[in-house]
Amino acid sequence: MALLEVNDIHTYYGNIHALKGISVTVEEGEIVSLIGGNGAGKTTTLRTISGLLQPRSGNVLFAGEDLSKYRAHHLVAKGIAMVPEGRGVFARLSVSENLGMGAYHRNDKDGIAEDLERVYKLFPRLEERQNQVAGTLSGGEQQMLAMGRAMMSRPSLLLMDEPSMGLAPVLVEAIFDTIEEINKEGTTILLVEQNAHMALQVAHRGYVLQTGEIILSNSAQELQKDPTVQKAYLGIE
Amino acid sequence: MAQRFKDIDYIGLFLWLFRAAIIVIVVWGTVAKLFLGQGNAYTTKDWINFLVAGLSQGSIFALIALGYTLVYGVLFMINFAHGEFFMAGTMTATIFVALPLSASGFLDKHPVIGMLAILVVAMVVSVSVALLTERVAYRPLRRAPRLVPLITAIGASFFWQYFFAGLFGSGLIPFPELAVLRGAWMIGGVEFLKTRAVVMIASVIMLIGLYIFIMRTKTGTAIRAVAEDKDIAALMGIDVDRTISITFATGAAMAGVAGILYGLVFRQVNFIMGFVPGIKAFTAAVLGGIGSIPGAAIGGFFLGVFEAIGPPLFLEGLGIPGSHQLKDVIAFTMLVLVLIFRPQGIIGERLAEKKA
Ligand SMILES: Nc1ncnc2c1ncn2[C@@H]1O[C@H](COP(=O)(O)OP(=O)(O)OP(=O)(O)O)[C@@H](O)[C@H]1O
Ligand SMILES: [Mg+2]
Repeated sequence: MALLEVNDIHTYYGNIHALKGISVTVEEGEIVSLIGGNGAGKTTTLRTISGLLQPRSGNVLFAGEDLSKYRAHHLVAKGIAMVPEGRGVFARLSVSENLGMGAYHRNDKDGIAEDLERVYKLFPRLEERQNQVAGTLSGGEQQMLAMGRAMMSRPSLLLMDEPSMGLAPVLVEAIFDTIEEINKEGTTILLVEQNAHMALQVAHRGYVLQTGEIILSNSAQELQKDPTVQKAYLGIE
Repeated sequence: MAQRFKDIDYIGLFLWLFRAAIIVIVVWGTVAKLFLGQGNAYTTKDWINFLVAGLSQGSIFALIALGYTLVYGVLFMINFAHGEFFMAGTMTATIFVALPLSASGFLDKHPVIGMLAILVVAMVVSVSVALLTERVAYRPLRRAPRLVPLITAIGASFFWQYFFAGLFGSGLIPFPELAVLRGAWMIGGVEFLKTRAVVMIASVIMLIGLYIFIMRTKTGTAIRAVAEDKDIAALMGIDVDRTISITFATGAAMAGVAGILYGLVFRQVNFIMGFVPGIKAFTAAVLGGIGSIPGAAIGGFFLGVFEAIGPPLFLEGLGIPGSHQLKDVIAFTMLVLVLIFRPQGIIGERLAEKKA
């Protein structure tokens, strides 16, 4: 059984048909990348999985359980965490308060302290700035904070929406190294990216999304060789 | 294009003159009072009394103002029914607890236990009314345009006023006097009316408690997170609806306490008692920068002091008769001035920044 199974979902914004039957599966332990250009429906897909949007038809199964009966705030406890598009840190909360919100649903003090230590080890910069208000962090630091905050819920599935957006190439490398590291420690990852090059490098499998539909899916290696992908997303003629 | 610039210039000029006129009035009145001896002659002791009365009254405004600011912080909505939350708890607790306890002599024998009982009942009723209003009147409109919940709030405000008028009558109901609070304490040669001192101490304790709740507890942090971004808060596992209810409840609990303190000072309550203090507290909240908790507290104290010192100072200085009756004019003039010249309040951030 796949950890995440998205079955033929159709999501609308009013009359706008944003997702026209998306199906995605993510096996436990995988990194799966969903690539596509602006407005392809990547964010909409993640928001539908996380319960912020309801699909008009189709369903999302997590560890075999249909998620449609839950509201967004129930899903963290199920093991789903999200690093939202544009980071979505709470700008007026301090770094440590942001991380605390990641562990909002948990009551195991020792476990939380352990995970905080893990996050600070992964991102020492955050520890140095733990009392700083998140709105004053640099873009890269905010991305680290958003990732650290998601990890504080000890998720089994991590949804990431364009973690490379707006970051310098060096930082993008570092962020993707961290994504691989988090994955090696046992977290399954569904990654959404416009940066197809990086996304396919770290992923095991990938899907290509175009105007609300999946047009290709394959192993990441095969996708990197695919002429359509090379032309449209990797900038190779 | 040129025409538009011209219009803006006229408005700018008008506002500038308006501002100058206000400054002239205040300065002229103050100078006339202090140096030319216009109006009554006050001693230093009198001035200190005005100040203490202002701080004490301001502390009540501060407590009520927090309710406006908290709700505005999470929903960007002015909850005009907040004054009625204040009234509901106070009236109920006065009729069902304060008056019976006073008649039986219990209140004077055990003033602390008695007052605590009154406060608890007032808080419970205020909170219940607030939760009901939020659930029935506001929550269904959460995604409606901003004007809609505003109008609903005004409707809810009238509903509760006449609901309680129907329940308890529309006459003035006396709030019992506590024997222990009669008279004054002398501290360093200055007389502090006991009621005022107790009101101020109680308010400050509540303000500090609230600040700790919002800034230091997990629930308080969740309230701040919801204020920033509801979707992301939900992704963190925060139940947004429940957190908004808690926000309303917190503000209403403060309003319940404020109402009883108000009763202690003014010794009477009725169904319309929430209106003027409500609008003044709203003024205080705007003054301090709506959405800011320290701002609400500072705005409340500032308004209280200004109201107490303004009439004897510059209004009497201008030779205006019966100036002490013009307190409300001062408060509302201040609201207009703040809205025109500094909508973000004394220490507030820009509203636009918060909407983002
Ligand atoms: N709140 C909204 N209301 C109406 N339409 C929306 C809304 N959000 C997104 N859309 C539309 O849905 C489609 C998919 O948008 P989505 O945000 O999922 O794209 P995306 O793949 O994440 O793009 P990007 O890479 O630019 O973030 C777009 O056509 C967009 O215009
Ligand atoms: Mg997107």
